[in-house]
Amino acid sequence: MSRSRKLTSGVKQSLPHDSAHKHVSGEALYIDDIPEPPGTLFAAFGMSEKAHAEITGINLSKAKAAPGVVAVAAAEDIPGDNNCAPVFGDDPIFAEALVEYVGQSIFAVAAETVEQARRAARLGRVTFKERKPVVTIDEAMAAKSFILPPYTMQRGQSSRALSRAKHRIQGRVEIGGQDQFYLEGHIALAVPQEDGDMVIYSSSQNPSEVQHLVAHALGLSSNAVTVEVRRMGGGFGGKETQPALYACIAAVLARKTGRPVKARVDRDDDMIMTGKRHEFVTTWDVGFDDRGRIEGIEFDLAARCGMSADLSLAICDRAMFHSDNAYYLSNVTIVSHRCKTNTVSNTAFRGFGGPQGMVGIERVMDEIAFTLGLDPLDVRRANLYGGKGRNITPYHMTVEDNVLPELFDELEKTSRYRKRRREIESWNRTSPVLKRGISLTPVKFGISFTTTFLNQAGALVHVYNDGSVHLNHGGTEMGPGLFVKVAQIVAEEFQIDVDRVKITATNTGKVPNTSATAASSGTDMNGMAAKNGARTIRDRMAAFAADMGGCRKAEVVWGYDAIRAGKKRFTFAELTKAAYLGRVQLSAAGFYATPKIHYDRDKATGRPFYYFAYGASVSEVMIDTLTGEYKVLRTDILHDVGESINPAMDIGQIEGGFLQGMGWLTMEELWWDKAGNLKTHAPSTYKIPAASDWPEKFDVRIFERGRNKEATIHRSKAVGEPPLMLAISVFSAIGDALAGACGHQISPDLNAPATPEEVLLTLEDMRARLSAGAGLAEAAE
Amino acid sequence: MTRNIPVSLEINGDPHDLRVALSDSILDVLRDQLQLTGAKRGCNQGVCGACTVLVDGRAVRGCLTNAAACEGEAVTTVEGLAEGLTLHPVQEAFVEAGAMQCGFCTPGMVLATAALLSENPTASREDVVQALSSNLCRCSGYQVIIDAALAALETGVEIGGEAGA
Repeated sequence: MSRSRKLTSGVKQSLPHDSAHKHVSGEALYIDDIPEPPGTLFAAFGMSEKAHAEITGINLSKAKAAPGVVAVAAAEDIPGDNNCAPVFGDDPIFAEALVEYVGQSIFAVAAETVEQARRAARLGRVTFKERKPVVTIDEAMAAKSFILPPYTMQRGQSSRALSRAKHRIQGRVEIGGQDQFYLEGHIALAVPQEDGDMVIYSSSQNPSEVQHLVAHALGLSSNAVTVEVRRMGGGFGGKETQPALYACIAAVLARKTGRPVKARVDRDDDMIMTGKRHEFVTTWDVGFDDRGRIEGIEFDLAARCGMSADLSLAICDRAMFHSDNAYYLSNVTIVSHRCKTNTVSNTAFRGFGGPQGMVGIERVMDEIAFTLGLDPLDVRRANLYGGKGRNITPYHMTVEDNVLPELFDELEKTSRYRKRRREIESWNRTSPVLKRGISLTPVKFGISFTTTFLNQAGALVHVYNDGSVHLNHGGTEMGPGLFVKVAQIVAEEFQIDVDRVKITATNTGKVPNTSATAASSGTDMNGMAAKNGARTIRDRMAAFAADMGGCRKAEVVWGYDAIRAGKKRFTFAELTKAAYLGRVQLSAAGFYATPKIHYDRDKATGRPFYYFAYGASVSEVMIDTLTGEYKVLRTDILHDVGESINPAMDIGQIEGGFLQGMGWLTMEELWWDKAGNLKTHAPSTYKIPAASDWPEKFDVRIFERGRNKEATIHRSKAVGEPPLMLAISVFSAIGDALAGACGHQISPDLNAPATPEEVLLTLEDMRARLSAGAGLAEAAE
Repeated sequence: MTRNIPVSLEINGDPHDLRVALSDSILDVLRDQLQLTGAKRGCNQGVCGACTVLVDGRAVRGCLTNAAACEGEAVTTVEGLAEGLTLHPVQEAFVEAGAMQCGFCTPGMVLATAALLSENPTASREDVVQALSSNLCRCSGYQVIIDAALAALETGVEIGGEAGA
């Protein structure tokens, strides 16, 4: 008996990842590791080699006749809808008349082995009549090629404020995309069932969406398809909508052959065929006072959406929602252009447009500082939300939970920002080649799906009559430890050790109509749904215990594996057994819908976010002005996770998010040629951060005073996406070093990613402008 | 490709007489013939390290190592690292440090660390960073993995420096 002890595996404990032991021993099964059912066939894809072309003929006879081939499928073989798009119905599973990007699927082959399938897929003959492709944002803007209408957010009168401002500058920054580069590529296994039903194992953040799209592709209703996901080898948004293509192809081939079909994508094909983070070109016009406080600002955000809408509406909206980042903009107009290009349809990636929005305003902060000769930190402080009348966002939501002023105070002190700023200035005066820069940047990230109806979650909790618990919910595990966090929440609710809570695979047959595990909402929503389910059972058990003990339900004392009702004492297992014999229902579905949120998209006003997550970071870099190479010398992070459910998991998210953001802004370069071919489609040409890229010195802290003002699950805050944007301090510090290299007289037009090549080109441009300026000054004399 | 080349391998201590295709990598053989799926197909072109296995104690890319060319070699996969239910010190250290998120890189990281331990039991933090820089992780900031490797180094030295053998 353990009645005097306290639960040590509930919430607010740094428990290890639930699969830790399985991961180190190789026992954790990903979809490609599941023993294949007898007769499994393997799929390979026939893809477009053109970015924009009419299909004039498809001849698959050679592919069909190739060794080992059992079936070939193209558009006419789809029994139901030829669509795998999440929202707008504009992503065909197989292109029919028109191809709109290089890598678009046109047909697929199912064969006895992977190799036979891939060889056969190359034998398909497709003829094209080419059209001119639109590849870049600038080309799309010039051609007025848009996938969705433009959208505007507005508050105050920006043009009047701009014309009255004492200082006014304009600028532009190009922000590159990013491949998710989950280590486990896309994969789906479709297994035919009786009645024509289909079971799909999909590496998906969104099993419900895969279920619905597969059902409709097969001409079935959703109840004929079950999708299961135990874990993913990373998702990062890249598995929010993109898995549906592979699941649909596997299902169509499985239907056609009557055999299980596995569709696993090769790394190069994965990078060519699937969407990425949206590239942006952001321009601005800003007016400000002598302290650098913004009086009026206009942003123009053009995003490369690719050939279809996918999630671009919400992603571009979120870029706008974060164009203020942490700053009060009294007179503001934000215009967003959703460019249609003949490139793969861009999709979700951690931050979901928010990071691109923030990069714009952070560059504005730096440029204002460089223009006025102020420390960028002072300009940022002058513009932070806070103070009388300075807490309304451009979408008219009141910021009620801002902790950034105190968070800034603490980080400025612990990082010794001011002292280091002075040291860097004197270093830069005497060091001819190596220059240093430093930057402190904030993050304020809105938590909730901005598409309000998605903010709902379900869970299923069973208590078996031996006192063990079965937990299921709509969230998927892609790495961050969502499953252990939700299990901790259930353990806390029942006051039992977490190892009595069995974590089970996400399955559309157990919890229906779930939203994607996305928007950082996994723990907030599924944790609350699971808590609600567990609470329902606990209430029933407490009522039963009260009957047994002859007391009122409110008098039942529920402790760690010890329930007391009047004179009766039970362990959890004893009470479970007694309740079962007493015919008490020990199973419950839990549900949660995020409260308080609403958004009127037509008016661009509302409260799209339940709350904000905050953080800030300071990074210092050193650049080599001869080569453009640089090192991150030190990064300090202070991040608000509210009251953490699992601090170890949260630190993991902060560190990993930061490095992923740093990869995006410094080294990960997607490069398309003029014909629309992605040339960086493997880790040999597309570089993601390695262990040696981590800052030389690093200090990461959870903001100790953090507590969610809203009644979220145990007052915690979402942590999946916000830390990615902490890496903006690295990008900004590189800009600061460049400005320092030129005596802080002009601003660097640094684009992302700031590869060494980009750093060097930016510096050359700055030096050319400086000498031209000097020439002009001389001429004027 | 037909599996027409006979190969004898010792895999996790057990002898195996196999037939492989000329194009088969050791990763293909482990995963597709022996259902040893701990080594992962990450990039399948030798860059990410998720397929790392030990061949005669050295960490190699399973996806680039020709199976037929391994005749007579001893192959250790992540499944063969533990002694029964007792985890290898590196595995223990990874669990203890919480050095994983999605886990897809973990088997490769564990084996790369085990190899480092046997090659250089007194490796410094910098040595560890360099050694593990050829294994990619997309979830973490690597620090927790480096910490785990360093902790394993300490333990490995204590038990006689035979950690990676």
